[in-house]
Amino acid sequence: MTTPLIPPPRKDPQKRTVSPTRPPQMRSRAALGLSAAAAHGRFALQRCAECGAVQYPPRDACSSCLSLELPWQDVSPLGEILAETTVRTSTKLYFRERAPWRTGSVQLDAGPVLLCHLHGDCEPRSRVKLLNRLDRAGQGVLLAVPLERTPTMEDDPQLRALTSDPKHRRVLITDARNPNAPALATSLLAAGAAMVFVGEAESWRPYPEKPLLQAIDGVELLPMDVTDTASVQKLAGELGGKTDILINNARFIRPGGVLSRGDTGFARDEMEVNYLGLMRLAQAFGPAMCSRVSDGINSAVAWVNILSVHALSNAPDYGCFSASNAAAHSLSQCLRAEFRSSGLRVMNVYCGPTEDDWYQPLPPPKVLPESLSRSVVQGLQQGLEEVYCGDVAKDVYTRFEQSPNILERETTQGVEGA
Amino acid sequence: MRARQSYDGVVVTAPFSTPYQRYSIETAHWWIARALRGSLQSAGLKPLDIDGFTVSSFTLFPDTAVGLTQHLGLSPRWLDHIPMGGASGVVALRRAARAVQSGDASIVACVAGDTNHIDSFRGLLSSFSRFAMDASYPYGYGGPNANFALLTDRYMQTYGATREDFGRLCVAQRSNALNNPGAVMKKPLTLEQYLGARPIADPIALFDCVMPCAGSEAFLVMHEDQARARQLPFARLSGAIERHNAHAADPIQLRGGWTVDIEELYNMADCTPESIDLLQTYDDYPVISMMQIEDLGFCAKGEAASFVRGHDLTTRGDFPHNTSGGQLSAGQAGAAGGFIGMVEAIRQLTDAAENRQVKNAARAMVSGFGMINYDRGVCSAAAILSSEDAS
Repeated sequence: MTTPLIPPPRKDPQKRTVSPTRPPQMRSRAALGLSAAAAHGRFALQRCAECGAVQYPPRDACSSCLSLELPWQDVSPLGEILAETTVRTSTKLYFRERAPWRTGSVQLDAGPVLLCHLHGDCEPRSRVKLLNRLDRAGQGVLLAVPLERTPTMEDDPQLRALTSDPKHRRVLITDARNPNAPALATSLLAAGAAMVFVGEAESWRPYPEKPLLQAIDGVELLPMDVTDTASVQKLAGELGGKTDILINNARFIRPGGVLSRGDTGFARDEMEVNYLGLMRLAQAFGPAMCSRVSDGINSAVAWVNILSVHALSNAPDYGCFSASNAAAHSLSQCLRAEFRSSGLRVMNVYCGPTEDDWYQPLPPPKVLPESLSRSVVQGLQQGLEEVYCGDVAKDVYTRFEQSPNILERETTQGVEGA
Repeated sequence: MRARQSYDGVVVTAPFSTPYQRYSIETAHWWIARALRGSLQSAGLKPLDIDGFTVSSFTLFPDTAVGLTQHLGLSPRWLDHIPMGGASGVVALRRAARAVQSGDASIVACVAGDTNHIDSFRGLLSSFSRFAMDASYPYGYGGPNANFALLTDRYMQTYGATREDFGRLCVAQRSNALNNPGAVMKKPLTLEQYLGARPIADPIALFDCVMPCAGSEAFLVMHEDQARARQLPFARLSGAIERHNAHAADPIQLRGGWTVDIEELYNMADCTPESIDLLQTYDDYPVISMMQIEDLGFCAKGEAASFVRGHDLTTRGDFPHNTSGGQLSAGQAGAAGGFIGMVEAIRQLTDAAENRQVKNAARAMVSGFGMINYDRGVCSAAAILSSEDAS
């Protein structure tokens, strides 16, 4: 059974913070398919389009028939442990610092044999389920876990190294005024977060979420306005060293495309909050978080952006808002690259229309704060990079994956004219 | 399929081993040059006397055998680069033998060597193979230790071998190494020390692992007439096989490619396992030596442990094995680890092994195993050598 993690003691400021180290990062182009699937939490392997043989390790030609068509497909994650070892010394610092490290070889029901990490609760030579998760190098790796859930299995050090689990971690939610803030705070605390800080702009101005937030034990409201660089820097000065997960839920939204608006005023506000706000937060909190990725049980672990799924493809009714989210989405990819050397993970949560005033004219389905917060927590617990919350977001992403060009035409074609 | 031609008339001579060093500030080029020079000097030859050259090395980058011709002042008409790690000694000999038989070359120098700088082993691992980079090293980065720990775990479970059995093999090799002045390991090893050693990657502990080091090995391949004319002591090549990526469908490696061709090897050499006087296996880990003792026909599959229990594997014993201490005790000098058994076998068969000489050694088997591309060794090879006057 996994030994449950205990909340870490207060940090001794005289002690040196452990520098982040990373597992091996280099991969062939083919192997990046595994990482791409892991970003979504999928267990996918290459399957030959001609003979059907499942391949592993990733390759460029089928080892059964030499076909060059090897698409990635979800396959059964079940298999059996053939052999195992506990690595007690390694030339790679990341593993040296974390030894002993349990690995093994698993015969997959789908065919190939794969080397993988072994969860501590796996019995020798037992049937197991494989998870494909991102490691701290941002690459997909395979972890065998028992078929049935075991008590506190998420606390296994090898599994926890692959996830962004909020348990025992301190979270900063950037905007108390977003209707989703109370639900997010509640879910994170229920998932074991040690503390939830919530940034509050213009605290003199009342808003309905305030009493809800104040009523939650473990929530602390602190002044911050993502459009105000000084306030962001000030809070980062106080909290930067103890923010383990940052959730950027700040959003400025108004309906309308280019021609339906008379000027660029709202567009400027949208960019100020949705795009430049993200940049300000990253510049203020990013460096401190990056330096604390190996800092024990409550190490810095993830940066979460809540975006509109129309960051991927414009929805003209909210065209300018979509554009600001596209900018934020692009910036998140830049951040992901810049955070990579530390192991800090960027998780984007893409939503369809949310159940609030600004989407009032749109028909359902809409994303409730509770379902958004569930997606955020599950994404963190699984260590994902890409999360699609709600039916609309999943629908748009499926269409986007198939053909961005068709999606654009589907979303932008107007009503049949006379 | 046409029968394989014999290796009649091909001999090996001028074995040379550069004493190994744990770390070296020299380059692979330096180590290779030193072994080549040593081998040529012992045969009374100059660099331009050789017209065939093959090299094996992991640390020669960015050079290959091509760069070495210019670097070392060679002008061969037959040139090969053999990147097969532990199988490269046998494979080099096999190919050189065909070159000599066909007249493509008359004297082939086969050389292997690698340097070992501080921290260079880590670099070597990180660029070893694409499958290892993608699918093996991200899992604990245990290197070959972790790979072979898995095979050892499975082997022990399947055949009931114990740590004591592996220990016996290691202890005997250490005893042999104490008579090899070039070996890295200089102290005796007891079974208690073996069993009490620091665990590295369970069930593998410290003395199951080779010590990466710098070193080089060389020998010459030529026609018997050439060797006689130069009055060089020699051993004959009686047979040789190689096989790559055999038994790919086995979920985990418990046998190697030898099993595919071993019968043909004995037929070529017109002998049986009983007539082999000494065996040089590729011993990067004791389980691999056990696997070879089985796959080369010295005992049935799964019985190597009891075979080791029932025999004395030292140079004075009834089954001399890895008579120079093998890599486990002499050290693993990169690709030279694929040559150590070959060069030692030539010494033994030409009565040049000094105080570790096996008495009346007339026939030796040399086995090679190499390249953990992903989860198993891909290359396997074996040769039977006979002394000049073997019947």
